Amino acid sequence: MEIDKIDQIIDKHNGEASSLLQIMLDIQSENSWLPKEALGRVSEKLNVPLNRIQHIATFYKAFSLVPKGRHKVHICVGTACHVRGATRILDTVEEATGIKPGETDLDMKFSLETVNCLGCCALGPVMEVNGKVHGKMSPVKTSQALKTYE
Amino acid sequence: MARLNTPEELLTFRQEILSRRDPNNPCISICAGAGCVASGADEVIEAFGREIEKQGLAATVTTKGTGCPGFCERGPVVVIYPEEICYLQVKAEDVPEIIEKTIKEKKVIDRLLFEDPATGEKAVKESDISFYKAQERTVLCNNIKIDSKSIDDYISLGGYSALAKALGGMSDLEVLEEVKKSNLRGRGGAGFPAGRKWEGSRNAPEPIKYVIVNADEGDPGAFMDRALLEGNPHSILEGLIIGGYAIASHEGYFYVRQEYPLAVENIHLAIKQAEAYGLLGENILGSGFDFKVVVHQGAGAFVCGESTALMTSLEGRAGEPRPKYVRSNIKGLWNRPSVLNNVETWANVPLIINKGADWFTSVGTDSSKGTKIFSLVGKITNTGLVEVPMGMSLRDIIYKIGGGIPEGKKFKAVQTGGPSGGCIPENLLDLQVGFDELTKAGSMMGSGGMIVMDEDTCMVDVARYFINFLTDESCGKCVPCREGLRQMHRILTNITRGKGKKGDIEILEELSETAVEASLCALGKSAPNPFLSTLKYFRDEYEAHINENRCPALSCKELIAFCIDPEKCTACGMCRKKCPVEAIDGEKKIIHIIDQEKCTRCGTCFEVCPAKFGAVTKISGEPVPDPVPEGERTITKKSRKESK
Amino acid sequence: MSDIQFEIDGIKVAAKEGMTVLDAARQAGIHIPTLCHHEKLEPFGGCRICIVEVEVKGWTKLVVSCVYPVEKNIIVRTRSEKVDRIRKTIIELLMAHAPDSPDLVTLAKEYGAQRDRYEKDPSFCIHCGLCVRYCAEVTKKNAIGFVDRGINKEISFVPQIAAIECNDCKECFPLCPTSYLQAAFVLTQSLSFPSSS
Repeated sequence: MEIDKIDQIIDKHNGEASSLLQIMLDIQSENSWLPKEALGRVSEKLNVPLNRIQHIATFYKAFSLVPKGRHKVHICVGTACHVRGATRILDTVEEATGIKPGETDLDMKFSLETVNCLGCCALGPVMEVNGKVHGKMSPVKTSQALKTYE
Repeated sequence: MARLNTPEELLTFRQEILSRRDPNNPCISICAGAGCVASGADEVIEAFGREIEKQGLAATVTTKGTGCPGFCERGPVVVIYPEEICYLQVKAEDVPEIIEKTIKEKKVIDRLLFEDPATGEKAVKESDISFYKAQERTVLCNNIKIDSKSIDDYISLGGYSALAKALGGMSDLEVLEEVKKSNLRGRGGAGFPAGRKWEGSRNAPEPIKYVIVNADEGDPGAFMDRALLEGNPHSILEGLIIGGYAIASHEGYFYVRQEYPLAVENIHLAIKQAEAYGLLGENILGSGFDFKVVVHQGAGAFVCGESTALMTSLEGRAGEPRPKYVRSNIKGLWNRPSVLNNVETWANVPLIINKGADWFTSVGTDSSKGTKIFSLVGKITNTGLVEVPMGMSLRDIIYKIGGGIPEGKKFKAVQTGGPSGGCIPENLLDLQVGFDELTKAGSMMGSGGMIVMDEDTCMVDVARYFINFLTDESCGKCVPCREGLRQMHRILTNITRGKGKKGDIEILEELSETAVEASLCALGKSAPNPFLSTLKYFRDEYEAHINENRCPALSCKELIAFCIDPEKCTACGMCRKKCPVEAIDGEKKIIHIIDQEKCTRCGTCFEVCPAKFGAVTKISGEPVPDPVPEGERTITKKSRKESK
Repeated sequence: MSDIQFEIDGIKVAAKEGMTVLDAARQAGIHIPTLCHHEKLEPFGGCRICIVEVEVKGWTKLVVSCVYPVEKNIIVRTRSEKVDRIRKTIIELLMAHAPDSPDLVTLAKEYGAQRDRYEKDPSFCIHCGLCVRYCAEVTKKNAIGFVDRGINKEISFVPQIAAIECNDCKECFPLCPTSYLQAAFVLTQSLSFPSSS
């Protein structure tokens, strides 16, 4: 990621240390992950020690320290979806993609995450791919849906 | 658009807006909340736009994408004003017909109406629908009427009149006294009296104070705050400014979870709009009161919903809670007096100022005043958001409003309060919702999540599920929570896998005591609640898992087996075709058999076996019957007649 | 500043405002066990083993003495059935990580804790935080920090900083009750330190 872009984001938040999370969120959404160099630059410009940035980057699950795949698969494991069988959907996705939540496959095709409640409980169990919500999933519908992504 | 410099100018402006709108002209509200959008609401909104253009009706017919009205099970929801006609599960293909029949010919389309499952009666108006009848939607009622991106819509419905009243006609102390008198208790879970919290901050000597909106709704299965944030952001903003005025704070924060991008967007927009109108910023409505608001996004941590962790996160740190020996309304954000309240709490404030504390206290019970929004989800017919007066029974909410359990299944428990709460069994369904009754039964009302469970839900698995959730969401700082949950999770997982041992329950109880007594924050202290409440009411399930390797709900994968009843199998082949791991052996007229070694217990065969045969059974705690010997697998008319 | 008078284990003590119950107890020579406490560092409140009973206006509650501020007329009990039971569980939970830590072994004897009560965990860090906090507050190098959260929380050196600062310092090493710190350092040194070219 270019240093200029990172500096722009930092300046947008007036270079304040209390906006550290907001700055990192902006970098994350711009780049889809947080490269080490970006974190180093943030540490330097905000005068915040790297160990604090390290803690924040791993404490908060919105951040990723590794590149993500082309298709971001989110399986809702909120209580309502869980009660409606989300575990089976997750099992199916793990089997079909070969990865577990938090991982990206070697082809950088799919990144899998579990999320807690997308607010679509009436459609549970729910799978979200690239922001699009697929509702009322079953193991069969799940494998079929995944096959449609290149 | 000119700044509104006085309360009178706001009044005039409101009248102007209303005069520009003919109340007899049709106005079509389409819910644009997350649930309806997932069911295709965006396409419906587009279709309406196109059709109205096509028909040349744009001058008299308006459409708007609105906030969530709560009936998520039947979305996309469309309400047509002024008649208040409510259409459910609307598809883009229905739009031309709606324009033709309902808008132009003023006729109602029967098939899109709500039909009462008990009586078969159709309901035309939104207020006639049984789902809504028993509700009291004081806070949520405007969601379906407001274009969530329009401040004018909010103002036209009386928005910001409470702020004008407070700044123009009440002293800050009077505002505080009114909120105290209303007995408004926090809607985020703890239920602390808001007025008392505000007073503590107001009286603290430090001059710089903060008011904070906790919009980090993290309880899985709860989306009440989301509906308010996305659908009616100004109502929360107005409450926040009034709160700032009451305690002499000039800086407010919204902490919104980043998993709600639409909420973040709408809050930012609402703030910009309010600033443009002079309802935020310097010298609001000419009162001399300055107030500004900053929005911070969460970054994916449930613990940041805890007030001290949220403040630590606002300071740009990892969200680790602080001990509450010094209350955060005295020393909170940056060690300054900080009033933190939940979204729903703030949304109630303008109503209290406008209609008065006496109005507010006329609803609810002695200790719990006002209404509460619940997200009624899980194994329930009418999934969605419901708002009811405090004091309504769980039974009424689940059956009168929720429509009971679908598919003829039996109710088992309702989980309230999220990961800090517990499960309430059938015999306690007459308990009233409120801050105190549910707590006495071992649960709590919490922020409003209400997850209904039926006979197919394993209560041991429910406990394991919540503990698992918390092992990851705990900040990890203190031993009783981090290590206690680590071991509780191990033991509960073992129990659900048939590896439970005698003595496990006692160890879990010991760990629970330590977490409850010695954890640093409310997350740890309430973490054992789901386990303790399921143990209290469903101990037999724990004992069955441990002593008999049996899951009474037939749910825990390692403890169940699927098998095909040779008497009922007609070799239709459905199960064999759909089995994702090809574990079923059989052909036409040959009794099908499941290979237990290959079977992954996904349950597909159980679901696809046609109901008239019902040949696939689920068993637990007993050995799988020996398969039919090879020679006897052929189905003939004779073999069926004999077995009859 | 006026003295704040209260009672610990039946003994009358006097403390200054701003002190914690633990400070006051130490001043009076009364022993309360600790694992994450250090005189040079801000109180952490992580291990919870310094938990005590405090009676205020007839109500008894459990508080963590290293962070609880002194209050007039409170009655503090450093030992009771409940306090001992909780301390025992804390020790047993930590011994699932570091059963041979001398501090834990001594505490186990005192409280009757069983070394093998809980299933062992591969990491022998007990998260007292002494290393992280010492490096942040005393030497101010921030060469080591926490990462992640919940049951996945760990300590982690910042390789770029540790490579420059640690070999000449190592002041945190003797603080570690389990020697996990030293092990983590050696591992980081061999795997992650930037190469000297």
